[in-house]
Amino acid sequence: MIPLSSPDADTTADTDEVQADPTDEQRDALVATLADALGSGLVESHVEPGVDAWVRVTADAWVETATVLRDRCNMTYFNFLSAVDWMPSPYGRDMDAQVDLPHEASDGSDAPADAFETGVAGGETRFQLLARVHDPVGHVGITIKSDLTGDRPEVDSWIGVYPGVDWHEREAWEMFGISFRNHPNQVHLYLPSHFEGNPLRKDYPLLARRVKPWPGIVDVELMPGGDDDAASAEEGDAS
Amino acid sequence: MTAVSDPRQMAYIAGQASDARVNVEIETEGMTLNIGPQHPATHGTLRIIVKLDGERVVAAEPVMGYMHRGYEKLSEVRTYPQVTTLINRIDWLGSFANEVPFILAAERLMDVEAPPRAQWIRTVLFELSRIANVVLFLGDMGVQLGAVTPVFFAFRDREFVLNQIEAVTGGRFHPNFDRIGGLKDDLPKGWIDETKGVLGRIRTFCDEMEDLVTGNEIFQSRTRGIGVIPADVGLSYGLSGANIRASGVDWDLRRDGDIGLVHDQLDWKVWTHPDGDSFARYWVRLQEVREACGMVDQLLDGIPSGPVMAKVPRIIKVPAGEAYVETENPLGIMGYYVVSKGDLVPYRVKIRSASFNNVSITPWLLEGTYVPDVVSILASLYFILGDIDR
Repeated sequence: MIPLSSPDADTTADTDEVQADPTDEQRDALVATLADALGSGLVESHVEPGVDAWVRVTADAWVETATVLRDRCNMTYFNFLSAVDWMPSPYGRDMDAQVDLPHEASDGSDAPADAFETGVAGGETRFQLLARVHDPVGHVGITIKSDLTGDRPEVDSWIGVYPGVDWHEREAWEMFGISFRNHPNQVHLYLPSHFEGNPLRKDYPLLARRVKPWPGIVDVELMPGGDDDAASAEEGDAS
Repeated sequence: MTAVSDPRQMAYIAGQASDARVNVEIETEGMTLNIGPQHPATHGTLRIIVKLDGERVVAAEPVMGYMHRGYEKLSEVRTYPQVTTLINRIDWLGSFANEVPFILAAERLMDVEAPPRAQWIRTVLFELSRIANVVLFLGDMGVQLGAVTPVFFAFRDREFVLNQIEAVTGGRFHPNFDRIGGLKDDLPKGWIDETKGVLGRIRTFCDEMEDLVTGNEIFQSRTRGIGVIPADVGLSYGLSGANIRASGVDWDLRRDGDIGLVHDQLDWKVWTHPDGDSFARYWVRLQEVREACGMVDQLLDGIPSGPVMAKVPRIIKVPAGEAYVETENPLGIMGYYVVSKGDLVPYRVKIRSASFNNVSITPWLLEGTYVPDVVSILASLYFILGDIDR
């Protein structure tokens, strides 16, 4: 079976609704349990039958979600916790790709800060927590998201539910600047203790690309030190 | 050398000894010991600060970041095909296996499926990476406990596997061979027969390990009952791979996950061990190497004919969406959460690497153990620093 789809077609993004025919009882039941337990804490859910499930919960219901998943849904396996910064980077993509320049112009720094689009199961704020737990017996996993408000968001820690979340929360704290209440040891994990800034935020510049722009996706690279090299670098900065 | 026979001298020595004992008892304040960052048990640069009370560990705190390369950030400014170059270097002993979940995630977003031949060859290389990776562990485990011979055997025999990987991909450690929609190339001529020969060598290596290490009395006494991880604790810390299977959890994504490889068409077994100690982790890995040899054998016999690349555009744009794909890599579960906004570059890539979770249990696990066991426990957890620091 070789489905030869054309990834260029923009229609592929909305096929979820079209192929809603196959149902996924296991994941639907999972979402139903969460909806039952959390009530209004569950904001949105999305099940891709046979593939995956997403739920978005309020920040207040963040810990309760974990408890329900662990105790009622047998999601005893903690997979990972991280975050997504939905604000497009003010630096564009840092790619001097020739093919896509009009697009690059459209997400320039003049875009309003609240004009970002979010992913599966929606989202309203810039920072979105992302966590995943798994049922090692039923072999089903679920991605949990939660919107966090503010520039220095705060949320309750999962550490009482899944002890393995410790390092993941430290990583999210240093990389995104998200604080976790009740975390026993919120210090830097990878970065030196005096490090300032949150590198995985989209407005944190990737200095390597500031200093020397990427040659782009051309196959042939110019020899280093040549005049052409410097010229193309300047051109890249201008665009 | 004169034997002490004078009773007065004996009394003196006994008095000295009791003084020494008293002194030891008085000095009860803890000692802080730095293990690493360049300890051979750490496969890279991991530093563990242990607080000791005598020989007993009171608290252990791993310090990472010496090798943090920021791959999640770097992935955001690279096109999808370029990202595989980075992720090769996460678990550098089983590089090809790193590429697979990322490529599968991109394929899922693009709704592309690799042709059957590509899937089979992928699975072959996936399992060969596992053999190359875990063979080194088996030798390394011996070194950590003072037996140097096994590691020479491991390096000797791993080379044959790496040669086979190199013959296909051109790279011993960093193949960069997996493509969205298939593989870069087909297998070279005569490769299948050569690989079968190599599998024979690996099987012999496993037998040698059984003879040299597994049954060794010292090895057993240093690993049995040491570093026991109960299944529920392991699950709550997100342990995966042989580490969790050694705690009796019968869970292997190759069998239970819905991934785009062809393990479901093979006849093989998931090995578990009920003990959860260092020995169990070693033993499960040894069985998994054997099992992987059997898998590759079956795979080589059944590679279907056809193209190795599906039709994909030359410049790859991945439609907007999110996908999380995880596979059972040599070190455990490796997954990529890929967020795409319909661009040439991923918007966000969350790399869920196996060792990060596997090592996060160490503060809990090392508490109360003895200093010499710290090394054997770390060795048995088997992590690669590139897989922790990313």
